[in-house]
Amino acid sequence: MHMADALLSPAVGTTIWAGTLAAMGYASKKMKENFDDKIIPLMGVLGAFIFAAQMINFTIPGTGSSGHLGGGMILAIMLGPYAAFLVMASVLTVQALFFADGGLLALGCNIWNLGIYPCFLVYPLIYKPLVGDSRSPRRILVASLVSVVAALQLGAFSVVVETLWSGKSELSFGTFVLLMQPIHLAIGIVEGFVTAGVINYVRNARPEILESITASRPLGAEISVRKVMITFVVLAVVTGGALSWFASTHPDGLEWSIEKVTGTSELPTQEHGIAPVLKGIQEKTAFLPDYNFSPASTEEKKKEESASWPVIEAGTSVAGIVGSAIVLGMVMLIGLVIRSFKRRHT
Amino acid sequence: MPFDEEYYNLGRLDRLSYKNTFVHRLDPRAKLIATLLFLFTVISFSKYEVVALIPFFLFPVLLMTIGDIPFLFILKKVLIVSPFAIFIGIFNPLLDTGHVLVLSGFTISAGWFSFFSILLKFALTISAALLLIATTPFPSVCHALRRLGMPSLFVSQLLFLYRYIFVLVEEAMRIVRARDMRSFGASGTGIKVFVRIIGILFLRTIERAERIYYAMLSRGFQGDMPTFKRSHITAIDLVFVATTILFLVVFRFFSVTEGIGRIAQELFR
Repeated sequence: MHMADALLSPAVGTTIWAGTLAAMGYASKKMKENFDDKIIPLMGVLGAFIFAAQMINFTIPGTGSSGHLGGGMILAIMLGPYAAFLVMASVLTVQALFFADGGLLALGCNIWNLGIYPCFLVYPLIYKPLVGDSRSPRRILVASLVSVVAALQLGAFSVVVETLWSGKSELSFGTFVLLMQPIHLAIGIVEGFVTAGVINYVRNARPEILESITASRPLGAEISVRKVMITFVVLAVVTGGALSWFASTHPDGLEWSIEKVTGTSELPTQEHGIAPVLKGIQEKTAFLPDYNFSPASTEEKKKEESASWPVIEAGTSVAGIVGSAIVLGMVMLIGLVIRSFKRRHT
Repeated sequence: MPFDEEYYNLGRLDRLSYKNTFVHRLDPRAKLIATLLFLFTVISFSKYEVVALIPFFLFPVLLMTIGDIPFLFILKKVLIVSPFAIFIGIFNPLLDTGHVLVLSGFTISAGWFSFFSILLKFALTISAALLLIATTPFPSVCHALRRLGMPSLFVSQLLFLYRYIFVLVEEAMRIVRARDMRSFGASGTGIKVFVRIIGILFLRTIERAERIYYAMLSRGFQGDMPTFKRSHITAIDLVFVATTILFLVVFRFFSVTEGIGRIAQELFR
């Protein structure tokens, strides 16, 4: 499921875009290290392939409804993590631009959800260890199933986290999760079968093709300890973000005990001495005071929430509606005038 | 949406981008930056904001009319992708019954406001992105991305992807048509057949990529694709971006719509 701009807040969108851009830069750098020119047309054409494949629907057995391929896992298995990530990123970019499938700001989130998880997490940590060096179709099937399901679950869960973090939807965490995860479980199972099927098919029909891709794959496209470490950092950030959502707003242990002892939840501030100076410096440099984004934005949020309530005053809300109608009319008028102006002059 | 229709739409968007209007002639970097700022501003509104979003329709309307893009075409595309936003948004009126708003006798739950806000933001963001593509040829967008700092490896293969989408989708269409002609009216593809279709497509893709690579090699390909036409930022582009920023700032931080409404109320009191 592709994230939409309208459900995203600027803070979440830019944060994840930053992560995605960093990942794209990193993947490009790694690929340039041992570069075979041949990989560029291969990547581009495989991207177009994923695109075309996504347009072909298949019927899900038993339900009669149709589904279509995601493709991240197939790419990761065929091309290795770095190339697959870049290809997936470009497929999603074209989808966002030409098919309005997910917005431009949400593109960062979509590339993260549908690219990072299959290529950088699931492929090195789940698929490769499960498959090892074996060529048995059954091994590949099991590995594909587990990998695809895991990747899709992570992606779906991220959509939930991103939407909730943005605060534009009223859906509670529980409801949203119950909506997203089972659907993607079903999709994942089917796609797992398809992925394994394609790999086995290609291996049977033209095994040398897979060998030649692996040969032109840049060296160092396999996992390293560093990669696993980075993975765990990523996981920590994601879980930290999600779990902090649930962090109790009750005062934590220390503040609670202080409150019990002195009657206030914070120690009284010193008026003189070095402490106030340091406190001043800390206030100015604290990037995330109280574990929120800077006070400016929380103030803004509070102001916005209270600013949305003046609409309750009947006077301004009528003015709002009247103003909206007028502005809408003006916009349409401008549009029609320009249109007829153009028609007359061509 | 049926295969053929999607393919046709892709082609149409591509053809529209080669028109020659004022909007088309603007530098792609300027348009990209203006669009991104527009998107950012629109989604920065609070979740209950409806009234202040209306003037923002001026941006897509201007692009559409000056750029000569058919309105119905954009409208259809927006409507087609709206189910997801509607599906998520529709829970808002159902779940957010806490705050009730009185408006000259009517009570509306705040949930409807946030739902409507989502819909408006959706229409604005989607149409802005579509209009960017409809008024800028895709290769120019890619080169703009590279000039703005995207890794060149990514941009090169994005260009390849674009060129070969048309080729590959046609190939897939041929295969699907062949399958349709042999399936005696049964609709949809079973998994087994689907896997074989994808497998064949994949093999043909790999072989095609090889042929492409050798064709390019024999024409002097050395890993980069330089363009002959370099776009320059002119004064007009700067004025365009500056005007857009001014428009965004004014309409984001001042409630113009309400002001206009109040003036109208005074006039007709």
